[in-house]
Amino acid sequence: MIDVKIPKEKKKGMIINLAGVLLLFGVLVVLCETGMLSNYIKGILMVCGIAVIMACSLNITVGYMGQIALGDCGFMAIGAYTAALITKAMESGGILVGAGAPNTLRFLIGTLAGGILAAVFGVLVGIPALRLRGDYLAIITLGFGEIIRVIIQNLKFAGGKGFSEGQAGQALIGINRLADLYVVFWIVVLTVVILFTFVRSKYGRAIIAIRNDDIAAGASGLNTTFYKVLAFTVSAFFAGIAGGIFAHYIGSLNAASFGWLKSTEYVIMVVFGGMGSLTGSIIAAVVLSALPEALRSFSEYRMLVYSVALVLVMIFKPTGLLGTYEFSLLRLFNRITGKSGKKLADKKQEVK
Amino acid sequence: MGELILQAKHLGISFGGLKAVDDFNIEIKAGELVGLIGPNGAGKTTVFNLLTGVYAPTEGAFFLCGEKMNGKKTHQVVQSGIARTFQNIRLFKSMTVLENVMVAYGMSIKYKIPGAIFRMGSYFKEEAEYREKALDLLKIFDLDDKADYIADNLPYGQQRKLEIARALATGMKLLLLDEPAAGMNPTETADLLRCINIIRERFGIAILLIEHDMSLVMKICERIVVIDYGVTIAQGLPEEIASNQRVIAAYLGADEEEEDVPC
Repeated sequence: MIDVKIPKEKKKGMIINLAGVLLLFGVLVVLCETGMLSNYIKGILMVCGIAVIMACSLNITVGYMGQIALGDCGFMAIGAYTAALITKAMESGGILVGAGAPNTLRFLIGTLAGGILAAVFGVLVGIPALRLRGDYLAIITLGFGEIIRVIIQNLKFAGGKGFSEGQAGQALIGINRLADLYVVFWIVVLTVVILFTFVRSKYGRAIIAIRNDDIAAGASGLNTTFYKVLAFTVSAFFAGIAGGIFAHYIGSLNAASFGWLKSTEYVIMVVFGGMGSLTGSIIAAVVLSALPEALRSFSEYRMLVYSVALVLVMIFKPTGLLGTYEFSLLRLFNRITGKSGKKLADKKQEVK
Repeated sequence: MGELILQAKHLGISFGGLKAVDDFNIEIKAGELVGLIGPNGAGKTTVFNLLTGVYAPTEGAFFLCGEKMNGKKTHQVVQSGIARTFQNIRLFKSMTVLENVMVAYGMSIKYKIPGAIFRMGSYFKEEAEYREKALDLLKIFDLDDKADYIADNLPYGQQRKLEIARALATGMKLLLLDEPAAGMNPTETADLLRCINIIRERFGIAILLIEHDMSLVMKICERIVVIDYGVTIAQGLPEEIASNQRVIAAYLGADEEEEDVPC
């Protein structure tokens, strides 16, 4: 443990990536502070951020593990309601209330708790559901997602009228809109980094191996059930985080907005960007979240354009926009400086 | 001979009324290479599936180094020390040659999730260590220069070899090879033979081999077990098997059946 040897190239990559993220953050801060971004644009950015977390985390299950799961919004709902109820309770208890750091901390605690509870439900749902594969898994996760949604809709403390009433309740309102764009930016960055390092470890290898060949993975000593549930739980955890952000951005929650159609939208983002590419998921999440807004002037035709864009990508690039390709700042940097760039790039190309 | 590695006692499995394998007995010692032969559909692969926990035996038991393995799941059996290859090659096709082997090292790699996602020292240390090990292993099979190739793009013979390399990476004591020479040309078979000899010398492991290429079986196996319709019909040295009447009958058909066939 004393001689921690981080390969030189890896260290360089880390520094370059950090610099890149800081630059991006700098641009965001400048744009916000100079007032160049309207609240409308900021809202779209927030939705994009949530979509990036959802798509990237869902990519672990759908892309890397190759199992279509349609219940992701169920976990998002768990995260959203948990986070909202916690921050509300803390507010009424007078804990960490106040502009700035206390509010942010309250938001982070609530969101993290939402993620953790979503992960717990991920394990509970994953253990029975992941015995199935392919279309069967898609249907069962869809079912679980809907069950979660309907239960939440009827919970009294979550705005519902109770199960005996047999009708949907109102929305959960009065959630402090604590989601700050800067904080969310860093949550998104952290999510992507964690998912990336997770995928590039023995865990990621195991998950990709299971997608390739379940039986061979077992014969290579992998406990396939464990890794499947793990991947599913990771997806659920970050869906919960995204839910927490969503709750504190919108300010009120209606369980109906976590239906399976919404889950399908995130699956589409993963497929559109490339199953097995986090870069692809990020691009797809941003494009597919912003596209309907950008096309608002076309009014009715915008959904048509959205659909046509999807169909075209599926026809001309069935593996999604990027396939399994990952963008690397280090590679770009090396290419620009020309320093051992070509050799490295060639090698990566071969790997691809 | 060395210690007893595998011992199967009255191992059997029935699917409904069909006895696929019945009263299968075998003992394999360290360093031994035993052949398992029989006509198509005799139950050879079923034996492999029993020994790797794919099927749970309905009768009998089998032991690895004295430890009872019945009822263990595939990954537990593999972790205990039985690894296999498949009749139809099953590689992780979209992964590189190196990654295929690294997957099998997965259970030896110690770092946990925090180590992986926060890239602690143990992550870099172990990744580098096992990468070296994997490359060493691939060298035996002349695959080290192809480490970054996608497994699916390798020629057939090399895919077979990669599958064996991956099985070796699990650190097993007993290796089950299911028709490793199937579909290979004579040059590739000779190369495979060389590789099997190297791994026997290097790792001192026991091997149980299913093979239809009789010249290969007769050349490398120290003992041979013959099964037909799930029943062991002969066991012994290659020379004994080659002249055993029941074995010849099982492969070529018994006398009375032969008369039925119009010439």
